[in-house]
Amino acid sequence: MGTLAEQILSRAASRPVRAGELVEVIADRCFVPDDTIALVMHHLKRAGITRLAAPERLGIFYDHFAPAETVASATIHAAGRRFATEQGIAHLFDVGDGISHQICVEKGLVRPGQLAFNADSHTTTLGAAGCFGTGLGATETAYVWATGLIWLRVPTTLRVILEGRLAPGLDAKDVCLTLLRELGTRAAVYRAIEYHGDGVAGLGMAARMTLCNMAVELGAKAAMVPPDAVTEAHFAVLGIARDESWPRIDPDAEYERTLRLDLGSLEPMVAGPHAVNRVSPINEVEAPRIDQAFLGTCTNGRIEDLRVAARILQGRRLAPGLRMIVTPASRAVHLAAMEEGLMRIFLDAGCVVTTSGCGACAGLHQGLLGEGEVCISSGSRNAPGRMGSRDAAIYLASPATVAASAVTGRLTDPRTLAPLLETMT
Amino acid sequence: MILSGTAVVIGDEVNSDLLYPARHMGIPDPAMQATHALTGLGPEWPGRVATHRVLVAGWNLGGGSAREEAVTALQGAGVRLVVARSFSRLFFRNCINNGLAAVACEALPALDTGATLTADLAEGWLDCAGARFAVPALPDSLLEILRHGGLLAQLRAAA
Ligand code: SF4
Repeated sequence: MGTLAEQILSRAASRPVRAGELVEVIADRCFVPDDTIALVMHHLKRAGITRLAAPERLGIFYDHFAPAETVASATIHAAGRRFATEQGIAHLFDVGDGISHQICVEKGLVRPGQLAFNADSHTTTLGAAGCFGTGLGATETAYVWATGLIWLRVPTTLRVILEGRLAPGLDAKDVCLTLLRELGTRAAVYRAIEYHGDGVAGLGMAARMTLCNMAVELGAKAAMVPPDAVTEAHFAVLGIARDESWPRIDPDAEYERTLRLDLGSLEPMVAGPHAVNRVSPINEVEAPRIDQAFLGTCTNGRIEDLRVAARILQGRRLAPGLRMIVTPASRAVHLAAMEEGLMRIFLDAGCVVTTSGCGACAGLHQGLLGEGEVCISSGSRNAPGRMGSRDAAIYLASPATVAASAVTGRLTDPRTLAPLLETMT
Repeated sequence: MILSGTAVVIGDEVNSDLLYPARHMGIPDPAMQATHALTGLGPEWPGRVATHRVLVAGWNLGGGSAREEAVTALQGAGVRLVVARSFSRLFFRNCINNGLAAVACEALPALDTGATLTADLAEGWLDCAGARFAVPALPDSLLEILRHGGLLAQLRAAA
């Protein structure tokens, strides 16, 4: 059997494979977001490809700049729609449907044991559902669309054993930031990560998605949670039952390295500015004045994240002069937040709620930063210029920390604002 | 497969947001992309890259985003060889699959812009500033992709 990566890639290669081998694999799924669809179509055309190998396995997602911010973006959206129809591509999630990775897990577009690609680095998120998900560039995505195949090296695996429970006020984002602080941005390059232990068993699908999402910031090729009762419950709701294609933990699997992290010992963390591994406990950071708070992204834009933030914002107002943007990760998240009354809380507090999708995360629309501004974001990246001006500073933190900081106007430990939060599950 | 040229040198942890900011995605022509190459580091960088055939970087070149413009914009600017202490997986794949030679050399010394480098990807060595370093040779299947000028060019040739 081997590691989850070995199990899944063996099936995709139709032969038993081990870490280190270079293999040709068949993609179960291959997706493209709107920021890369133009390049993929361009490559296919230049390569003379008129028919795609397996359109039933493919999907397009309008998330990075939807609704379109420029004429060029709108033109790309229109061309993508035509292409999807001509080629019979199975899925086109249009403006407002949400972020690809969120939709993939939410709607069960991917399942445990599958090999899924997407022209986006945060495809590692899909590992929360026991799927080997990894990013590809546009050229190799076009190759998969043309042939159904691609080369891969079977990665070695880091096993990260999470123990215990997070204290109230902390969540999976604090785990990600702690790992980045301890391991840096290179520890998992070319490697897969598996999250094991009672600590991960106690986390829900949303928190697992956050963990697997930011594994790419550690450099990982894929990150997976072995399917368990939480996975089964998630897929049962979608009418999908466990079968023998789901990978399982093999006690004889060989891990390159095993790390342990006691969740109970963690504190709220913040990363930034300008580097994801510049991480400190929030109480050790010199707290600058904040101009924009951003709650959203494939890292932390789920209903669980919105609930946490709403509990802090309920009955409070944003700090004077601060704006807060709330961008649900998907239409389903947006609807749930409406039904639960969270949208009223956000609007009463003074927040802006935008169309679901990536929003301000990549600096493409819906909330850019001006020169010299400071942002606290629930996203995953903070390079200079990521959300607008190169002279702006971005801090990354959990949804609770984002909301607490939006209330005070400075980086704030969410545990200092009542009510204390239950651990996100 | 031997490549040679003078280098423009950048530092550690230059990620894909810095190599090619997301707002310039959607431009298919590498020559046009080149006007935005490395602009995450500052507006002067496209001009700096343009006069060299080799890009030299430190650890973890190209981390973060999957965007291949981080690679193809360099090609558009005339870069033919990228040497780094280490690469992110996506950047390395994007190099090979777009036909840009990439060499990882952990022992790479500190170099100044203008230094001459030569690499043989099939034999696995790198010459820089008079010193020779052994580097991992590329597997044949990846050399084949490079010889064709990229994965899609290889596919066209096979058709
Ligand atoms: S939310 Fe941000 S990190 Fe996630 S896919 Fe969109 S742009 Fe990328």
